[in-house]
Amino acid sequence: MASALDRYAGICGPNVIDQLRQLVAPLKGAKVIHVNSTRTGGGVAEILAKLVPLKKELGIDVSWEVIDGDADFFKCTKGFHNALQGNKVEMPESLLKNYEQTNHHNSEELREKLEDADIVFIHDPQPAPLLEYCPGRRGKWIWRCHIDASRPYRPVWKYLRRFVSSYDASIFSLAAFAQPLPHVEYLIAPSIDPLSEKNIELDRSEVESVVSGLGVDLERPVMTQVSRFDIFKDPVGVIRAYRLTKKFIPTLQLILAGGEATDDPEALSVLNEVRTAANDDPDIHIMLLPADAHRSINAIQRASDIILQKSLREGFGLTVTEAMWKGRPVIGGDTGGIRIQVVNHQTGFLVNTPEGAALRARYLLFHRDLLKEMGEKARSFVRENFLLTRHLREYLTIMVSLLHGRGDRIELE
Amino acid sequence: MPKKEITHEPFEIRDCALAAIATGQKAQNLKELRDNIETVVPGSIAYHFWAGKLRPRFDDPEFNNDFAAWSRHALHDKILAERLGMIDPTSFDKREEMKQELLDIIEERLDESEHIPWTSADQQFYFITSQTVVFSARKTIVKPAELVSVVPEMTSSSIFYHFIDARRRTFGHIDDFRAWLYGFEDGYRDLCDILSNVDPFFSTLPELRQQLCEIFIDYFGKER
Repeated sequence: MASALDRYAGICGPNVIDQLRQLVAPLKGAKVIHVNSTRTGGGVAEILAKLVPLKKELGIDVSWEVIDGDADFFKCTKGFHNALQGNKVEMPESLLKNYEQTNHHNSEELREKLEDADIVFIHDPQPAPLLEYCPGRRGKWIWRCHIDASRPYRPVWKYLRRFVSSYDASIFSLAAFAQPLPHVEYLIAPSIDPLSEKNIELDRSEVESVVSGLGVDLERPVMTQVSRFDIFKDPVGVIRAYRLTKKFIPTLQLILAGGEATDDPEALSVLNEVRTAANDDPDIHIMLLPADAHRSINAIQRASDIILQKSLREGFGLTVTEAMWKGRPVIGGDTGGIRIQVVNHQTGFLVNTPEGAALRARYLLFHRDLLKEMGEKARSFVRENFLLTRHLREYLTIMVSLLHGRGDRIELE
Repeated sequence: MPKKEITHEPFEIRDCALAAIATGQKAQNLKELRDNIETVVPGSIAYHFWAGKLRPRFDDPEFNNDFAAWSRHALHDKILAERLGMIDPTSFDKREEMKQELLDIIEERLDESEHIPWTSADQQFYFITSQTVVFSARKTIVKPAELVSVVPEMTSSSIFYHFIDARRRTFGHIDDFRAWLYGFEDGYRDLCDILSNVDPFFSTLPELRQQLCEIFIDYFGKER
């Protein structure tokens, strides 16, 4: 059976994997530990589940530790997450105390390992106080923030900053997400895994079977938005764009696919608005999918002619990356990380209104040759810039940089 | 016409990887851009001129540096964008000179403007700097004709290192291929002339690699 690196070489090209092997040479023997708060579920666990085995295969002595916590701990860290994203969240003193105690308790078990490591990556706010409880640490500690902290709720950021300020470095996903800290702040854009269920190649028969089962007619054009039912994703604007386009392309269908809004009152309210706006149109398919429906989402994206991500505000927008990887041009909101990925007339179009989205959708559905060409460019752009291998290369670069030098150029023998 | 190949200093293929670093400095209008250029670490200005090709971004065919692209797309100042877009980073021996040229152009534009050009909060210019890790690709060639077989195998970042980054390392601000070829007894002048006509700033790195491959194949022939 081919190794994981060999499988990625089949997608990215062998020279990309050779490059990783060369870059990792000075890191051989280094002890590296990643720490987060869950082994499964969520983007961080997803990325670590891929990166850690690849680092091992490259010869790094790497391990992945997960801290434990009770319901209050996770209630608190969920609050941190929302607050870093800009929501006004008041944190009761009791929850903050429990957060610190939980980290203290976890540090008792992890201290020896963490203090002995050459590099420790602490992911997101959950385990951030661990550093404070490891006074004998000898390695470099890096706080990896996966959250869009561009406009944090200040009282919560002020509280968290006292834990993360003592780190040797931090990593943010985009320059716009970084907050001032008294250490070097690296930037690593997110990535997608081309071999995951969400992105792996699917047979046409599987795509047809999934999508037909959902009531979509593949003989007719389909445009799709995959995202949470969130006001900032503007699903109602998407429906308006669909209606404006349908005047000219009456056979058009729309898929709005998002997660089940079971316990999120805001999502339920947006979903109700969406249903009202859809007004029982049989060509609008609102799909509530479970969190693990990765293969179905993959099939839906591959069955679509155009993908929309008409966000009014967006962090990076990995759903855009996923769509582009499937060779689909994206009509995206002119905001956040979508701007880095969608380039007008190249990989899709940036729009500011439902009218703009409709105009571009009509254009692409009329110019089928251009739609295909832009889709191919989009896939190639993702291959060059947003796959897991690039993410891994940047982690290795930062590790080399932290262990082997200062200054703006490090020459390895 | 292929020249006589003689034993010479070998050419080591090297590669590089970039760690991007936020400086924390940002600008929302032209005056802030000017003020930040004055105070930002010198590596940041170099980054915004040179490193665009190694960053996750779609190649902007119109501009070869981030200052020009931002002036056009965020400030919507076409005149400034055109002026900044013509700054040739290879024409300066010192970083300080390039910084001064940038400042002169921006200040001239500020003098001409009745209002300070401004952009929205989510289109700010973020000053980034970087650390470059340079490492061996574990390939060395001794004959120029071997370029035919090694260049197609080079990574995008290796092409960047030898064809773009070289211009700020080498005497005369030329790419590493020419710097090596000139060292041969007969100099490969005609091949170097062809290479000097390749403008590296307006194509993507994969396109640049393809262009170099074609040049070396035309010159040396395919079977090497």
